[in-house]
Amino acid sequence: MLEPVNISLEALNLSTLMPMLIAIGGGLIILLIDLVKENLDKSLYVMLTILILLVDLGATTGLTYGATQKGFFDILLMDGIAVLSQALVLVASILFIPLSLTSKRFHEYSYPEFFALFLFMIAGFQFMVSSDNLILIFIGLETASLSLYTLIALHNRSNSFEAAVKYFTMGALAAGFFTMGSAVLYGISGSLELSQIATAISERMNDSGVMVLILGGAGLLLAAFAFKLSLFPFHTWAPDVYEGASAPLAGFMSVVPKVAAFVVSMRIFEMFIELQVHWVQTMVIVLAVITMTVTNLMALVQEDVKRMLAYSSISHAGFVMVAIALATDKANVGVFLYYSLFMFTNLGAFTMLWVSRHKDRVHHARFDHPYDKFRGMIKIMPMGAVVMALFMLSLAGVPPFSVFWGKIYLMSATVDAGYIWLAVIMGLNSAVAAYYYLKLIVYMFLKEPSADINQKTVYYNVSRPLLTILGFAVIITVASIWIVNPLIEYITTMIQATNFGI
Amino acid sequence: MDNILSILIFFPALAGLLGFVVDKHSAKVYGIAVASIELLLSLGLWAKFDTTNGGMQFVEKSDIIPQFGISYNVGVDGISLFIVIMAALITLLGIILLRDNTKNMKNMIVSLLFLEMTMVGVFLTLDAIMFYLFWELSLVPMLYIIGAWGGPDRVYAAVKFFLYTFAGSLIMLVGLLATAYLYHEATGDWSFSILDWYTLELTETQQFWLFLAFFAGFAIKVPMFPFHTWLPWAHGQAPTIGSVILAAVLLKMGTYGFVRFSLPILPDASVTFTPFIMMLSIIMVIYTAMVAFAQKDMKQVIAYSSVSHMGVIMLGVFAMNAEGLGGSVFLMLSHGIVSGALFMLVGVIYERRGTKLMSEFGGLAASMPVYATIFGVMLMAAVGLPLTIGFVGEFLVLLGFYNVSPLGTVLAGSTIIIGAVYMLVLYKRSFFGPLTNEKNKDLEDLDKRELTALIPLVLIVVWLGVYPKPVLEPIDNSVKLLLTQMEKKAISTETKEAIVISKKEAK
Repeated sequence: MLEPVNISLEALNLSTLMPMLIAIGGGLIILLIDLVKENLDKSLYVMLTILILLVDLGATTGLTYGATQKGFFDILLMDGIAVLSQALVLVASILFIPLSLTSKRFHEYSYPEFFALFLFMIAGFQFMVSSDNLILIFIGLETASLSLYTLIALHNRSNSFEAAVKYFTMGALAAGFFTMGSAVLYGISGSLELSQIATAISERMNDSGVMVLILGGAGLLLAAFAFKLSLFPFHTWAPDVYEGASAPLAGFMSVVPKVAAFVVSMRIFEMFIELQVHWVQTMVIVLAVITMTVTNLMALVQEDVKRMLAYSSISHAGFVMVAIALATDKANVGVFLYYSLFMFTNLGAFTMLWVSRHKDRVHHARFDHPYDKFRGMIKIMPMGAVVMALFMLSLAGVPPFSVFWGKIYLMSATVDAGYIWLAVIMGLNSAVAAYYYLKLIVYMFLKEPSADINQKTVYYNVSRPLLTILGFAVIITVASIWIVNPLIEYITTMIQATNFGI
Repeated sequence: MDNILSILIFFPALAGLLGFVVDKHSAKVYGIAVASIELLLSLGLWAKFDTTNGGMQFVEKSDIIPQFGISYNVGVDGISLFIVIMAALITLLGIILLRDNTKNMKNMIVSLLFLEMTMVGVFLTLDAIMFYLFWELSLVPMLYIIGAWGGPDRVYAAVKFFLYTFAGSLIMLVGLLATAYLYHEATGDWSFSILDWYTLELTETQQFWLFLAFFAGFAIKVPMFPFHTWLPWAHGQAPTIGSVILAAVLLKMGTYGFVRFSLPILPDASVTFTPFIMMLSIIMVIYTAMVAFAQKDMKQVIAYSSVSHMGVIMLGVFAMNAEGLGGSVFLMLSHGIVSGALFMLVGVIYERRGTKLMSEFGGLAASMPVYATIFGVMLMAAVGLPLTIGFVGEFLVLLGFYNVSPLGTVLAGSTIIIGAVYMLVLYKRSFFGPLTNEKNKDLEDLDKRELTALIPLVLIVVWLGVYPKPVLEPIDNSVKLLLTQMEKKAISTETKEAIVISKKEAK
C-alpha cells in the first residue's frame, strides 16, 4: 500500500516551472485565438509569439538558480546552465520568428498551428535542459523533436516531407538508443537521476561486470546524442534535413537543438568523465575529431550553399564537442560562448539564403541555392554581398568577427587541458573550412554576374523584418569584440553555479 | 598627441569606411589625400620619437577582454618605427601609381586603406591576439586585390595565398594560446601582452615546440623555402599595386614576427634552431636566385629575387648579434623600397605593352631613357651596390653572420654575384641592344604620375645608401635592448654565449 505523499507547496518550488508554463500557455492562447476568429494575418501571431518569448525570457532570467536549486518533485533542476541555455534558446527563437514575415507568402506561416507548435517545441527544449532526471530529459527531447518534425514538414514541398520523415525516423532511432541507455543506467543504480546514478556508479565501479554495463549505457547514450548533435557517423540525415527545411528553420536547427543537446551531453558525459571512465572521454574526442574533419571535407565538394552551410554547421558541432571531452569549466564556458556568437552569424547566413529564396527553383534543377546564384553579387547588390562575406569570414574564424572569439576560447581551453595536438587539429580544420567559405566569397566578389540574375531575383523575398534581423546579426558579428568580455563573465558565473558530475 | 599610434592604426580604417561614400571619379584623389596624411602622421611620429631610447614608446594600453587577458596594447620602438613609415610611404606611392582608368577604383582605394590599417596594426601592436587579428585581417583585402584586379589565374592565386597563410597562422595561434597558458601557469594571470611574455621563463622543451608553432606562421609569410610556392603565383597574378604591397610590406610581417616573437620570447630555441634556419635560408637564397635566373618573365625574376633577398634577412635575424639583427631590420626597409620600386617599374612597362616577357623587349634604353635610368638605379640597389640602400643592410647582415658561420656567409654572399648576374642579364636583354621589336619604338617615357611615384624612392635609395645613420641608430638601440633582454632571459650558457650584443663584449 502506498503512503500518501506529503509535500509542502514551498518545497515544490513551482516558480521553476514558470518558463515552460509560459511557453505552453502562450501556445494555447494562439490556438484559442484561431478558434475564435479565423483568417488573421501572420503578423499578429508573429508579434504575439515574440511577446510570449520575451515574457518567457524575463521569467527565465529572473529565476533563482543554483547548483542544488530543485523544484517540482525534485525533477527540475535550475542550475546555472539550465538558465543560461534557456536564455540562449529564447534569444535564438526571438531572432528566428520574425523571419516568417517575408514579402512572399509561404504556406506554413498561414497556419497559427505553426506558432503554437513552435512554442511547444521551445517548452520541450526548456524541460530538456533544466532537469537531471533522464525521464524528463527524454520527454522534453521528444516534445521538442516531434514539434520540430512537424514544423519542417509544414514547409509543404516534396523534399520537406522527405526531410521530416528522415529526421523522424532517425529521431525515433535515437530515442530508442536513449531509452535503452537510460534503462542500463537504471539497472546499475536503481535511479534515473543523474546525481544518484553518479553516486551509485562511483560506489560500484570496481564490482565485477559493472564496468561493461557502464560502458554499454554510456555508449548507447552517446549514440543517441551523436544522432541529435549529428556527429559522425550518425550525421547522414543532417544535410538532407537542412536542405528540405526552410532556410531560417535550418539556421534555427543548427543552433537551438544543438545547444539543448550539448547541455544534456554536458550533464551526462562530463559525469562519466568526472568518474574517471576514460573510455567515454576517448570516444568523445574521436567522434569530435572525425566529425569536424570528415564533414569539412564533405562541405568542400558541395554545389549548393545551403548544403555547404549544413555540413559546416555539423563541423562546428564537432569542434564544440571537443569541449565535452575536456570537461573543464573553461571548456564549458567555451561551448556557450561559441554558440551565443555562432548563433547570430549562422542565423544571419541562413537569412541571406532566405532573402534570395524563390517559390520554385529558378536557378538550378536540383538546388535552391547553387553557388552560381551568388555569382558577381558585388556588382548587383554590394551591400548584400558584403554582409554575406562578413558572415562567411566570421564562420571561417577570421578575427575580429564573432565566431573567432568562440574558436580561440575553445582552442585555449584545449591547450590548457594539455591536448596541444587536438588544438592543432582544430586549427587545421579551420584552415580547411576557410576554403569553402572563401569559395562563396570568390563567387560573390571575383566572378562576373550571369546575365539572367538581377537585383530582383536575389532580393526576391526581402522585407523590413528580415532586414532588421540581418542588421542585428551583422552588428553582433562585427562588434563582437566588445560583447565577448561581458558574455564570458556572465557565462562563467552561470557555469560556476552548476554542479557537473557528482 | 600621446595616442598617435591609435590614430595611425585607425585613421586609414575610418577613412576607408567613409571612402564608400566618395564618388568613384574622386576616389583616387581621396586615396592619395588619406595616404599622404597617414604618411605625414608617421613622419610626425618619427619626429617625436626619442631616438636614444631603445624601448617601447608611445605605449597605450586598455583592456578589451580582461577575463581572457586580451588588451589593446600598442607601442613603437626603433624596429617597428621605420617599417610603419615604409608601409605608409609605399601605400601612398602605390596609390599614386594607380592608373586613372583602373576599374572599380573606389573598391580598390577602400581595400588599400583597410590593408594599410592592418599593416600598421601588425607592426605597432604589442598584444599577441591583436597581432593575430591584424595579421589575419590583412589577408582579406589582399585576397580581394589579387582576385579582382589580377591576371587570368587570379582566383586560384588569391585563394592559394589566403589558405596557405591562414593554415600556417592557425598553428601559430595554437602556439600563442599555449604561451598564454604557460604564462597563466607561471603567474596566475591571463595575459597576451608580448612585453609580459618577455619576462616569462620557459624550459627548453617548451621553447622548442613553441618555436615550431610560431615558425609555421612566420615562415609561410616570409616565405621560407620550401613554403614559398604560393608567392610566385601571387606575384604572377597580382596587379602591380598588389605585388608592390605584398613584396614591400606583407612579407616583412613574417620576418618582423621572428624578431618580435621568436627571438625574445624563445631565446634558447632560437639559438638551437639557428643551424636549421641557416640551412633553409641559404638554400632559399641560392635556389631562388637560380630560379630567378631561369625566368623569362620580368616580374617573375623580380619575384624570385625578392624571395632570395628575404633569405638574407632571415640570416641576419638569426645571426644573434647587433650587426646582423640591425642589418636585417634595415634590409627589411631597403628590400621594401627596392622591390616595391622594381614591381612598380615592371607594372609601368606592362601597362604600355601588355606583356612582361623579356624576349619582347630589347633596346628600351633608346626609347625610354628616364625609365631605363630609374630601373638601373633600382637594379643596382637590389644587387647591393655600395652607396645604394641595398648595400648597407646586406653588408651588415653578412658582417654579423660571419661571426656565426664564415662558410654560410660565403654561400650567402654568393647571391650578390648570382643576383648581379640575373639582374644584369635582365637589364641587358630588356634595355640594351638594338631596338628590334617594332612595338617598342614609340613607347612613351615615364609621365608625371609615374615620376611622382618613383622619384621619391630613387631619392631614398641614394640618401639612405650614402647616409643611413638617422635610421640605423634607432634600430641599433632597439636591437641592442632586445639582445640584452634575450641574453638575460636565456637559460643555457650556450645561448648566452651565442648572443653577442656589441663587439667589445665579444673580445
